Amino acid sequence: MILVWLIVILMAGGLLAWLSKKVSPVLPRWVALAAVLLDLILIVYLWISTEATAGSAWLMRYEVPWIPQWGVSFSLALDGLSLLMLVLTFFLGLLAVLISWKEIKNKVGFFHFNLLWVLAGITGVFLTMDLFLFYFFWEVMLIPMYFLIGVWGHENRTYAAYKFFLFTQASGLLMLLAILGLYFIHGSETGRYTFNYFELLNTPLAPAAARLLMFGFLAAFLVKLPVVPFHSWLPDAHSQAPTAGSLILAGLLLKTGAYGLLRFVIPLFPTATIEFAPWAMLLGVIGIIYGAIVAYSQTDLKRLVAYTSVSHMGFVILGVFAFNEWALQGVVMQMIAHGLSTGALFILAGFLYERLHTRDITQMGGFWAKAPKMGVIALVFVMASLGLPGLGNFIAEFLTLVGSWQADNLMTIFATIGIVMATAYSLRIMQKVFYEPGPQHESFSDLNFREMLIAVPMVLGLLWLGLYPQPILDTAKPSINEQLQAYTSPEPTIAEPKTALHQQPEATVNPAQVTIHQRSFTNLQIFQSPN
Amino acid sequence: MSQTDFIYLMPLLILTFAVLVSMLVIAAWRNHKIIYVITALSCIAAFGSLFELRTTTAYVIEPMFVIDGFGVFYIGMILLTSLLVSMLSYAYFEQREERKEEYYLLLVLATLGACVLVISTHFASLFLGLEILSISLYALIPYLRTRPRSDEAGIKYLILAAFSSAFMLFGMALVYFSTGTMVFSGLAASIAGMQELPLLLLTGIGMMLIGVGFKLGIVPFHMWTPDVYEGAPAPVTAFIATVSKGGVLGLLIRFFMEVDGFRYPVLVTILTIVVIASMFAGNLLALMQKNVKRILAYSSISHLGYILVAFMAGNQMGVEAVTFYLVAYFITSVGAFGVVAMLSDKNSDAELLEDYKGLLWRRPWTAAVFSAMLLSLAGIPLTAGFVGKFYIIAAGVNDQLWLLVVMLVLNSVIGLYYYIKIIAVMFQQPEIEREQAIRLRPSIYVASAGTLAVLALLLVYVGVYPTGLVQLIQNVLVSVPEIVAK
Repeated sequence: MILVWLIVILMAGGLLAWLSKKVSPVLPRWVALAAVLLDLILIVYLWISTEATAGSAWLMRYEVPWIPQWGVSFSLALDGLSLLMLVLTFFLGLLAVLISWKEIKNKVGFFHFNLLWVLAGITGVFLTMDLFLFYFFWEVMLIPMYFLIGVWGHENRTYAAYKFFLFTQASGLLMLLAILGLYFIHGSETGRYTFNYFELLNTPLAPAAARLLMFGFLAAFLVKLPVVPFHSWLPDAHSQAPTAGSLILAGLLLKTGAYGLLRFVIPLFPTATIEFAPWAMLLGVIGIIYGAIVAYSQTDLKRLVAYTSVSHMGFVILGVFAFNEWALQGVVMQMIAHGLSTGALFILAGFLYERLHTRDITQMGGFWAKAPKMGVIALVFVMASLGLPGLGNFIAEFLTLVGSWQADNLMTIFATIGIVMATAYSLRIMQKVFYEPGPQHESFSDLNFREMLIAVPMVLGLLWLGLYPQPILDTAKPSINEQLQAYTSPEPTIAEPKTALHQQPEATVNPAQVTIHQRSFTNLQIFQSPN
Repeated sequence: MSQTDFIYLMPLLILTFAVLVSMLVIAAWRNHKIIYVITALSCIAAFGSLFELRTTTAYVIEPMFVIDGFGVFYIGMILLTSLLVSMLSYAYFEQREERKEEYYLLLVLATLGACVLVISTHFASLFLGLEILSISLYALIPYLRTRPRSDEAGIKYLILAAFSSAFMLFGMALVYFSTGTMVFSGLAASIAGMQELPLLLLTGIGMMLIGVGFKLGIVPFHMWTPDVYEGAPAPVTAFIATVSKGGVLGLLIRFFMEVDGFRYPVLVTILTIVVIASMFAGNLLALMQKNVKRILAYSSISHLGYILVAFMAGNQMGVEAVTFYLVAYFITSVGAFGVVAMLSDKNSDAELLEDYKGLLWRRPWTAAVFSAMLLSLAGIPLTAGFVGKFYIIAAGVNDQLWLLVVMLVLNSVIGLYYYIKIIAVMFQQPEIEREQAIRLRPSIYVASAGTLAVLALLLVYVGVYPTGLVQLIQNVLVSVPEIVAK
């Protein structure tokens, strides 16, 4: 039930924020802050309280029938991966509310409504275990995001919003076709028509069908991620969105694509994925290098950061299609670390935009002397983005590369070149904005209290990820093994433990805790926790 | 005819009676409010009488009608829509000079025609229903005669609809000549053994399909749609988009299921081409429009295309999907045109995109309702349109109509663009503050606003909790053996 509350709080909070505009213009901000904070507290509480059962993949389940005629149920489940993603969601959500405190001046109520509904959609995506519901939430994310870009964005917002919407919607519809294909194949094979994830896992698929269905899912996830030929919506959407929008896009929306790959593509279509893996890794490497090169040549700070996202997301796809625990650990770390570091860079861009009203880095320069606090914090963000040891991205990229080396040496070498290039574009930000003398701006104030309140937790988060990533890895481990089971188990299907899971359609308030037998990975001793 | 027959025809009789009463009242005393009340009451009464008829077995009135769950459901849908349209009409016509009373008379008559269509099993009753519907529409479309484009719309519809009726009659004659029967089941029986249709019979059915195609406004018989939608008063447009098309669609489903037209590859090929062409023509032409009513007109062409994708599945799931989508589409269309009607001023309808600029900041609730309707047309979650589109795609995938389904997906994306365009316009900040249109009497807006609120709630309810409606549709279809057998 607590899982439902996570979504309900956000949706209700959104409506309340919209309505409370009538009472007072600042009330929506507080309502939104309270709603996200409440969710954050809930999820952190869940994280702490479920630490004891770290051996089982699924921590919590909730399921009620929704459209029983079609086999659709309102089915939510939480495992380590979802948990981490939700912590990230609410943390960045909180920052998004804070960052908009001064930036958003018109239609405050409607803004917060959209913000909270995007978060609700994302929360739904990370939790749902029913493919109909998944598609539902997948789409719920879009409209509020469209409004965030289209109403509060910068000068070219309408174009960017259209592009974002059409790209994601078109790819989402292809996924819908694949979902329905899977549904009917499963139904005709087993006689049970259901959208339940756990049941669909065992669908016997002809290779050709599996390939087609996989491409349907891939379409949605690769566009969202985005992988290089499908990335062109991202720089526009990122650079035109308001800061909170960019933060959510980069920090969370892209992660839904990565999450989808982990949660759906890999377990549902094991053989087809293995066939596709070399191409996917190639796309990933192209993304890493292309994103880095293009990022270097940008003068718009937000576009620059957007292209670095393309580059960083290349590591995600590289890791996902390497099919081993190392790489997937790296992917999870990358999802979180990138959420923080890129989100942080967008926030930095937001700070600068608030002061200068431009995102053009040729208009900036020499701010270190005027704003040392901002400089230090920016340095941390930039170092994180280039993957300096001690910060989260390093762990992520290291793990990913170790994992992908086992799968494909050549690709890994090229991907490593991408990291070198990351150094170049990251340092360029620092150089252009903070060191090089630039045009003079009279009033350039350092970070104030509210801004420090936003920036410092991000710095701490990045440091934590870099210095002590073990809790994250431990939380994600069971879930990762679960996703990988189809690739490592001797028998081709993943039958036994999951049949027990779905046999509780009427379980209204039943956070059933199910333990799943763990496969041991003996070659992974160094990242086991010390005790 | 027996006494039970009268009970089963009660909805139609109530409507007929209401027309007569209205006529007498108008002759004695012209009063907008009274006629309006009579209309609303007759729709409600007719709808109420349906509760007597919800049996699970079909009741046949030889040889004209069959009253089964499918028919009762469609009649119910038509009656409710007519009720909603008349609610919207009140405010709309109250601010206009012309004589308003006969409008309701024609509206009820057209409703009667549509009701007859969905329960007919005989060419005669089919044609009667179609003509009652059409002839009322001939007068309804140019009802506001002083409007610049109303004559054009009226004449266009008159000529084309008359043409289509003629085609239909000729088709019926050919079918009768080939098979010697005018009853659907008789036709089905006489062609049941045939592997391929004889040319003359095929021509006959083809010509009947032309007639139906005109009424549905699908390509290549769609030319009248934008002009008529534009020229007709907004509530009439809502009526044409929903009741008129829904009635004909109900007829088409009954006819095709009975005859099992899906067995004949040539018919399927023709229909497939028509469906794909409708989706593309509707969506692509809508992209270029600057007039909201014309956008909605072209979008209705493509929506009929979507509906026919599920129809092409030719099994029970297909019919369920068509019916579900139709309900969603009825709610959405009435809602959308209701917003247009509500925003219209004395002289012209609010139809230019300009009229909607910054609407969200001027009239947030109206804009929110309109946005919801447009999002439903685009098939975005939390609205009925999403579930409807999902149902249709599911029916198509189930029957492996991959070509049609992929085309539908492609078209959904094209369609998104212009729905979003309207929404984006509503969000734009107007450069200059527009003057609020002068409202004649605020109190009469209550009916319109209430109707729109009900529609918006229905839209969200069906979108979030479709189970009830799905269950209802599945239940009513049980009584139709031709559909369940498939």
